[in-house]
Amino acid sequence: MISTDVLIVGAGPAALFAVQQLGLLGLKAEVVDNLDKVGGQCSELYPDKPIYDIPAIPECTGETLIKNLIKQIEPFNTNFHLNERVDQLVKEGNKWKITTNRKKVFIAPCVIIAGGVGSFEPRKFPLKEAEKFEDNGVFYSIRDKKYFDNKKICIFGGGDSALDWSIELSKNSKVVLVHRRSEFRGTSKNVETVNKLKKDGIIQIETPYQLNSIEGDNKIKAITIKDDEGNIKKIDTDYILGFFGLVIKLGPIAEWGLNLDKKHINVSAENFQTNKEGVFAIGDICTYPGKIKLILSSFHEGAIAARGCFELARPNEKYRHEFTTTSKTIHERLGKKRS
Amino acid sequence: MAKITYIEHTNKKHIVEVPNNMSVMEGAIQNNIPGIDADCGGSMACATCHVYIDKKWFDKLKKKGEGEEDMLDMAYQPNKFSRLSCQLIISNELDGLILRMPSKQG
Repeated sequence: MISTDVLIVGAGPAALFAVQQLGLLGLKAEVVDNLDKVGGQCSELYPDKPIYDIPAIPECTGETLIKNLIKQIEPFNTNFHLNERVDQLVKEGNKWKITTNRKKVFIAPCVIIAGGVGSFEPRKFPLKEAEKFEDNGVFYSIRDKKYFDNKKICIFGGGDSALDWSIELSKNSKVVLVHRRSEFRGTSKNVETVNKLKKDGIIQIETPYQLNSIEGDNKIKAITIKDDEGNIKKIDTDYILGFFGLVIKLGPIAEWGLNLDKKHINVSAENFQTNKEGVFAIGDICTYPGKIKLILSSFHEGAIAARGCFELARPNEKYRHEFTTTSKTIHERLGKKRS
Repeated sequence: MAKITYIEHTNKKHIVEVPNNMSVMEGAIQNNIPGIDADCGGSMACATCHVYIDKKWFDKLKKKGEGEEDMLDMAYQPNKFSRLSCQLIISNELDGLILRMPSKQG
């Protein structure tokens, strides 16, 4: 069990700046995110795309923005709990007990939900049968590649994950790569390698096809694939792998008793608190009259929510508004000598 | 201004007028038309505003820009009439556009 002042759900720009604002106030935060890296949508969806509306930064990529936000919170030695999703949020006394899907438990007076648009999960095959065979023949990630040795495997997708695994698994297995169109969007090196493997008769490529049906009772025996004209092909296979990128789900957040407006959490624009005392929401996931979905707005929301957290986490201390230019306390917290 | 017909997968029709320079996605969101999620808010990062364009209209639209086809790989059940509605900008030429939404977006 980890005790802290504030548990932050999400590790995107809103969360990172909130860590800084909390840190300046002397509050310690722990950060949990379902992704395997810090940065949220900036790192996952548009690392290379330039952003033009961060104040005083005329142009920077999502990746650079995150790098700088991480640098800005270095003095606070924040713990990041990645690859972990917050599943439960329960009130215990005057604190919140937060449990992750890996059964890690946090106790904190305050929670800031900076979950963006929800959690990223692998996009799945639209077929009902695919659900039935999930983890028993149908997979969306590979934990142990030995599991796939000497098998017949169909890999679906056109990006680098699909290409990487086609190349890798074709070393020890028979791989059929299926994609909805004839162009692959992976790196040119991967595309060249896959085409060479096809020429050498090592990989079979089927385009433009999509999964149409799965045959088999307890285990998969074969699949059929279909093109836009309705032509159907049958392929004998043991396993099916789908690499269609990530999909965004609100996930367990919907079950925490918070007031929601579609996929967003209602907050008061005064302190960004939800209908539950001590639970705040900032960034893309929160909504209030006048809400704008901008990174800029999330910074403002985090700064104000941090002050709300201070009142709850330090009930016996008086909040003082201080400036980073002059405050000796803040300079100490930042590890800066001058004051 | 263009009159756009959005058809849900249940065949329920929504006919609305959308001002020029807005996207087809925004036309749906602002009119509370279900079936277009637009999780990323139009930054072409999520493929949850995926629609099927009516056959007669598909070739009349501006061609897909860089990245749209890649993002459509991520869409739910794409076909050759698939587009991302955030990339379709309303103009008078689109008056009468008909499109269908998939049964779900994710």
